[in-house]
Amino acid sequence: MFNIPDNSLTAMLAVLVVLVIATLIQFYLRKTRPDKDYRELTLRITSWWWIIGLLFLFLAMGTTASIIFFAFISFLALKEFISIVPIRQADRNAAFWAYLSIPFQYYWVAAGWYGMFIIFIPVYLFLLIPMRMVLKGETDGFIKSAGTLHWAAMLTVFSVSHVAYLLVLPDKNTLAGGIGLVLFLLFMTQFNDVSQYVWGKLLGKHKIIPKVSPNKTWQGFLGGMLTITLVAALVAPYLTPMNRIEGLIGGLLISISGFFGDVVISAVKRDLNIKDSGSLIPGHGGILDRMDSLIYTGPLFFHYIYYLHY
Amino acid sequence: MNRLLKIIFVLLIVRPLVLIILGLNIKGREKLPLEGPAVIAANHNSHLDTMALFSLYPLSKVHKLRPVAAADYFLANPLMAWFSLNVIGIIPINRSGTNRKELLFDDCYKALDNGDILILFPEGTRGEPEKISKLKKGIYYLVKERPNTAVIPVVTYGLGRALPRGEALLVPFTCDVAIGDALPPVSTSGELVELLGNSYGQLLKSCLTYHESDQ
Repeated sequence: MFNIPDNSLTAMLAVLVVLVIATLIQFYLRKTRPDKDYRELTLRITSWWWIIGLLFLFLAMGTTASIIFFAFISFLALKEFISIVPIRQADRNAAFWAYLSIPFQYYWVAAGWYGMFIIFIPVYLFLLIPMRMVLKGETDGFIKSAGTLHWAAMLTVFSVSHVAYLLVLPDKNTLAGGIGLVLFLLFMTQFNDVSQYVWGKLLGKHKIIPKVSPNKTWQGFLGGMLTITLVAALVAPYLTPMNRIEGLIGGLLISISGFFGDVVISAVKRDLNIKDSGSLIPGHGGILDRMDSLIYTGPLFFHYIYYLHY
Repeated sequence: MNRLLKIIFVLLIVRPLVLIILGLNIKGREKLPLEGPAVIAANHNSHLDTMALFSLYPLSKVHKLRPVAAADYFLANPLMAWFSLNVIGIIPINRSGTNRKELLFDDCYKALDNGDILILFPEGTRGEPEKISKLKKGIYYLVKERPNTAVIPVVTYGLGRALPRGEALLVPFTCDVAIGDALPPVSTSGELVELLGNSYGQLLKSCLTYHESDQ
């Protein structure tokens, strides 16, 4: 317990320092401007303490604890997803099978069984879900339900499990370990969300896809991309086996795919006429609202680094 | 009812089940009555409805919650009867319609006079999953005799998908609980049913997991 490689420990402390600063700023704002309403900001920061606190706690407890943590995240995300999409009463059993895929998928992760990890949900669950549905025998809306359930498992179980698999890859950068890769991915994904938002607020003018997400602008997207690419190039050698050039491209990949994860989940919510996917995380909305970018950055970053170094 | 047993049940079974396995989107939590006499008039799709309402209350208040439940179902076998009466704290009610109204509600009146919060399901049955059936008029006759009782409409949604009537397999779904404003005083049973129905309609629309196409 608590044997975190040096560079990863430093990165975790740096994140905590950022969080402390954000909390102090929030206290300062509430003191100096009592006329304004900072409740939303306070909620958001409190929730960040919970998210980061729990994540770091489980990462510190070791690989198995971390894998269980990510499995639980998958459970919460899958539950949230299949609760907001319209599925039929007859799909209960098939939905239960989708839940059952979680312990299996994360077992393959824990066992380091790469072949099974990579095909279990795209192949086996893909075939199993319609099998269970057909035994139930309700054909009205069959195609839509089969598609919805499998897509839900791909987004929330398959994608998210890639983050956990980073932990069982062999140590190529012994100063950072598997935790370094997870921190790099999560930090870059989150920092990309923030920088696209900040650049968009500062310079945003030309909308990219106004029908899906009216707040996304080319200025925000490109500003975020530039920021993340540079930061990733700087940080990559400390936390990952990548050199600066590989880190640069990794940052670019995270930035572009993070953007798409965000807008894909936005499109889902727009389709359902809802603003937030849930109310699990006060100030943020649901768990999918927080993880939207990670659904895309996780697998893409994983396969990038897997191709380069493993 | 054994207060300690009920607290243990809520703490160790109800809360983990409702808050972790299921998960709730709650609207209007501040409108929930913490003191009686009050009646929570909820729609009914699942046994989980009562559990969801229990999970919303602080442990110091759960003993105040008294679900009004069908005697023919919950008292059918000795084990279930013991559990329903001593742990859940139900007020059994005879659904057969042979009793006179005063006798029928006798225990309910006693509970209201004791400052309890009754949980009533005016649909009278869990019915078809996720559909609101025709509302019955019992609540009107109940509050007519105790006019100081607040009637609070509550709509739950999704629990009938998680555990519908006649199914043993619980499938996790995030569910909605929407709590409405207390109903104003009424002079006829028809008026109460209409107000309650309208309130249900509005609350249902505010549920995150509800789709028009579900109905």
